[in-house]
Amino acid sequence: MRIGIVCPYSWDVPGGVQFHIRDLADHLIDLGHDVSVLAPADDDTPLPPYVVSAGRAVPVPYNGSVARLNFGFLSAARVRRWLHDGTFDVIHIHEPASPSLGLLACWAAQGPIVATFHTSNPRSRAMIAAYPILQPALEKIRARIAVSEYARRTLVEHLGGDAVVIPNGVDVDFFAKAEPKAEWQGDTIGFIGRIDEPRKGLPVLMKALPKILAERPGTRLLVAGRGDEEEAVEKLPAELRSRVEFLGMVSDDDKARFLRSVDLYVAPNTGGESFGIILVEAMSAGAPVLASDLDAFAQVLDQGAAGELFANEDADALAASALRLLGDPARRAELRARGSAHVRRFDWSTVGADILSVYETVTDGAAAVAADEPDEPGGLLARLGLVRD
Amino acid sequence: MPGRAARGAPVACATVTSTLIWIVVALVAIGLYLSWTAGRLDRLHSRIDAARAALDAQLLRRASVAQELATSGVLDPAASMVLYEAAHAARQAEEDNREVAESDLSQALRAVFGEVQQVEAVQAVPGGEDAARELAQAVRRVPMARRFHNDAVRAARALRRHRKVRWFRLAGHAPFPLAFEMDDEAPVALADRPGT
Repeated sequence: MRIGIVCPYSWDVPGGVQFHIRDLADHLIDLGHDVSVLAPADDDTPLPPYVVSAGRAVPVPYNGSVARLNFGFLSAARVRRWLHDGTFDVIHIHEPASPSLGLLACWAAQGPIVATFHTSNPRSRAMIAAYPILQPALEKIRARIAVSEYARRTLVEHLGGDAVVIPNGVDVDFFAKAEPKAEWQGDTIGFIGRIDEPRKGLPVLMKALPKILAERPGTRLLVAGRGDEEEAVEKLPAELRSRVEFLGMVSDDDKARFLRSVDLYVAPNTGGESFGIILVEAMSAGAPVLASDLDAFAQVLDQGAAGELFANEDADALAASALRLLGDPARRAELRARGSAHVRRFDWSTVGADILSVYETVTDGAAAVAADEPDEPGGLLARLGLVRD
Repeated sequence: MPGRAARGAPVACATVTSTLIWIVVALVAIGLYLSWTAGRLDRLHSRIDAARAALDAQLLRRASVAQELATSGVLDPAASMVLYEAAHAARQAEEDNREVAESDLSQALRAVFGEVQQVEAVQAVPGGEDAARELAQAVRRVPMARRFHNDAVRAARALRRHRKVRWFRLAGHAPFPLAFEMDDEAPVALADRPGT
């Protein structure tokens, strides 16, 4: 099958959607499909052979933060050329409602379109204003995928219609087979995420840390991710700062080893999450997970069966749960086992098969219609109901 | 004053001409907009046709695999009969009866493949692995195809209810699209998936 995938965000900037698309493309290519990915990228970025650059993304303020987007005449022309050269059987657009490549591709594409909605943003004012323009483009999408039940609900509320839920995929074995690292083991709590982004929840964890250390002084907090380290520990009493270790950005391999090593993985995110791939990765690596009770997280953790949940933004609840888990190896072993079993449904073998099912369902129907219905005569007159038959 | 009347005539004429031009421009613009809307509607109708064809194909596939399993002798006689009845009825159903017959088949499948052991028993016999996989795929794809179909129906209905479409009869003779409503819940033992 010839598959064209459109990535709305810059390929140079690491992000959940980009990783998802990279893994999906790799998986599909392994299965013998012909895949081309259109993504914004700087001209000098080294790209995998299957990625076609749509030009540099421009940083613009959008929806309350600065987003790097692609739009305008040149981008539209590149999208059209890519669509024309690709002759795809199916086009898979990610985030079609963001004013970037996704929307441009949706606008220009003719054949069967599949779209994945990743975010569950409340409807922005720009989208309401652009709705009459957006609607005809979005109508072309034949199959919608939402990454979680939560994302699906928001999608149905805002755009109407329906979507199937296919979670983001993870290469479970990559994490499950990683080698633990001794220096990250022994009463350690792990956190991965941008340090300076409050919604990733590090401040909540920092607030809970003194309580945890008061009872278990030997505990260490390992933080992997970019951001200002000085600022992160500012609120922490000086004598406790040595219990926090910053690892900076880690490679994929180190991330897997990190998750294999820690005694407890904490995800204190305070909102804005539609899926929670990091929880799936942690469970794949066999790390017991303690996460805030966001809708999306609760779903990934099977409502608390595969990992524990604490009340969102409640540092005391976080501290209490963390202490209970750190002091109870049996419970942690149970969580490890449950997580490892639960996480199989997020493996690429399952997720990839589901996505291919969507492609095949869509192309099956399109082929059937194309075969038994040649172009109807009459054109405009027929459409206006002026031709009598 | 004849001189003044003679001078006024071309001015009036020019006004009439420019008014006419504007009317023509407006009419052309409205015409283009309506034509574009009609094209949009046309595309939605062909999207529904495609989605319906895909749904039909998936339903037929599901009924065929179910019937195959029912006649293969892998299942116990009671389960075989229940499944065969439901699969046969689903394949033979008339259009107005289709939704009920397909829902019955979903129920029968859930009754027969309610337990993991039954699925494992099917997988154990030669060729059973393939049959079980095909059935699992079919019960997974039916709800997908149905969602895509009903999504297309909803989009077309929203547009068709609009004034411009009703007043100018842009939908032509196409019948008002109907959603396909059925019970498509997959048997637990065959679909170990979150959500959907």
